[in-house]
Amino acid sequence: MSSVNAAHSVVEPTPTSKRIAGAIVILYALVTMIPLAWIFLTSIKSPPDSISYPPKIVFSPTLEGYCNLFTTRTRQTPDYIQSLPPPTGTCDEITRSRNMVIAGPSNYWPRFGNSLVIAFGSTFLAVLLGTFAAYGFSRFRVPLADDLLFFILSTRMMPPIAVAIPIYLMYRQFGLSDTALGMILLYTAVNVSLAVWLLKGFIDEIPREYEEAAMIDGYTRLQAFWKVVLPQATTGIAATAIFCLIFAWNEYAFAVLLTSGSAQTAPSFIPTIIGEGGQDWPAVAAGTTIFLMPILVFTIILRKQLLRGITFGAVRK
Amino acid sequence: MTDAPSTIAERSAEVLVRSTPTVIARRVRGLSDRAIAWLFITPTIALLLAINIFPLIWAVYLSFTNFRANRPNAEITGVGLRNYQRVLNDPDIWIAMQTTAHFVFWTILLQTVIGFSLAYLIDRKFRGHAFWTTVILIPMMLSPAVVGNFWRFLYQPQIGLFNYIVSYFSGIPPSSFEMLGSVSLAPWAIIIVDTWMWTPYVMLICLAGLRSIPDYIYEAAEVDRASAWRQFWSITVPMALPFIMLAVLFRGIENFKMFDMVMLLTGGGPGSTTEVASITLKREAFESWLTGRSSAFAIILFVAVFGLANIYVKALNKVKQR
Repeated sequence: MSSVNAAHSVVEPTPTSKRIAGAIVILYALVTMIPLAWIFLTSIKSPPDSISYPPKIVFSPTLEGYCNLFTTRTRQTPDYIQSLPPPTGTCDEITRSRNMVIAGPSNYWPRFGNSLVIAFGSTFLAVLLGTFAAYGFSRFRVPLADDLLFFILSTRMMPPIAVAIPIYLMYRQFGLSDTALGMILLYTAVNVSLAVWLLKGFIDEIPREYEEAAMIDGYTRLQAFWKVVLPQATTGIAATAIFCLIFAWNEYAFAVLLTSGSAQTAPSFIPTIIGEGGQDWPAVAAGTTIFLMPILVFTIILRKQLLRGITFGAVRK
Repeated sequence: MTDAPSTIAERSAEVLVRSTPTVIARRVRGLSDRAIAWLFITPTIALLLAINIFPLIWAVYLSFTNFRANRPNAEITGVGLRNYQRVLNDPDIWIAMQTTAHFVFWTILLQTVIGFSLAYLIDRKFRGHAFWTTVILIPMMLSPAVVGNFWRFLYQPQIGLFNYIVSYFSGIPPSSFEMLGSVSLAPWAIIIVDTWMWTPYVMLICLAGLRSIPDYIYEAAEVDRASAWRQFWSITVPMALPFIMLAVLFRGIENFKMFDMVMLLTGGGPGSTTEVASITLKREAFESWLTGRSSAFAIILFVAVFGLANIYVKALNKVKQR
């Protein structure tokens, strides 16, 4: 036995087994990326290219999908198009080459904006409420704490459609149907359970001694919470916020049942994008690409905290 | 050792707190701890009561009436347990439950097998495993609705990429089968998408389980000349089992509630072959407007999820204690 081998732990996999494992995992990763790559490729195809057989991997990219996503168009006679002043932009040009003119902006950005407002609003509220509640559960002896925590978690187990029936009636009664405020409140309620459970885990990890030291130095409990605990919990709060944001961003069931117009979010809008004669797939793909981008970035930022987030803090590694 | 002074400090602090009358404590500290605790927790509980519990109670009430949300001014009359009776005797609902069970069973089986295998391979710690793990995790973070909607395009019989790839490897003409249009294939179409999305979830939890097994156990097994096969079945699997079960619990609950992805892929069709419970519920509540009856169904579903989850958590704790 060489000294290298002796220093090597017996549980370390052999180089060959590592290489085989790596090859299989990389193959799997590449295969799972195909649908996502296809979304992006479709978004830069022209409509005829997107539905050609066999599916085209080599094609000349175009912004037509994005143009169609952002605008509504009407068909016009070639004579009319000839009579127009020269096109003012790329989209104008592409649209005219299809014998159409841009009639106005589509609903995509307003719906995207709704998604932003609702996701950020509900995340802010859920994290705010969740931080206080988590601190309360973490630091004080709350009577029936375990039952309350279980109650908070159990609200998340309900099927969304089951919750949506009475919420629908309640919102209709209070005029909250199809309003951003209604959706913010609803998503806050769904996310606060995740926020409490995750943040309790993060705050549990901050030694109590820090606050106690601060309180001996004359801080009140609230000051200690504000100036000692919160700064220590920043990472946990940020991670929790991103998880809440992703949930609210992706949510569909409540959105499709409780919003129809002014407060509609992007996930319930994107499937309704249609062109002439059926679904306009490049436009759908363009809308999907833009919609998925923020999540892609967040997943990479969050990768170390993902495990905690998806198990409600049950597994911390 | 380092803990000793702090415990003494803690103990003396506790003695101090106990020996100080609360009135004085309050004057000294501002708000009492108890007041702060309630002040911090109450808003969350209040919100959940307003947005979750109050509607739930309302739904329970409606489930005993003939109320229809599209006729808000009609007289509401109590019908006793008739709604529950009807739901439980409705063959369509039992078919939906079977469809859901089929979906839950196969997605969990596939995700657990593939997810655990992947975790086991990633745990070989080959070069670049952290990067590829992140890549694998991406699908589960995306919106099931938006991505499910796009899978409809991948599944198109003639032009779709899925059919093209299948025909490329199997030789079957790509227009000879319809993943979403055929009664026998549609249930598998939704299982494939769900498995694509959520295998990473099971993988990540299994990976944590595998990493929690200390090296010295394998070293001891090596000393005892246990074969790799034996080590896998008597160390790896039992020690990772609580984690696998946790993943199964979470996926089970989520897929029992499944709505968005299936709604956008098949809408429950063709016919009602992929109509899982949530879609039936949506149809009854928001298309047939049988609010009372659908409330009864919703409550039955909720009790089922809750009951199964409870039984499962108990089993999980037993495994953990072993």
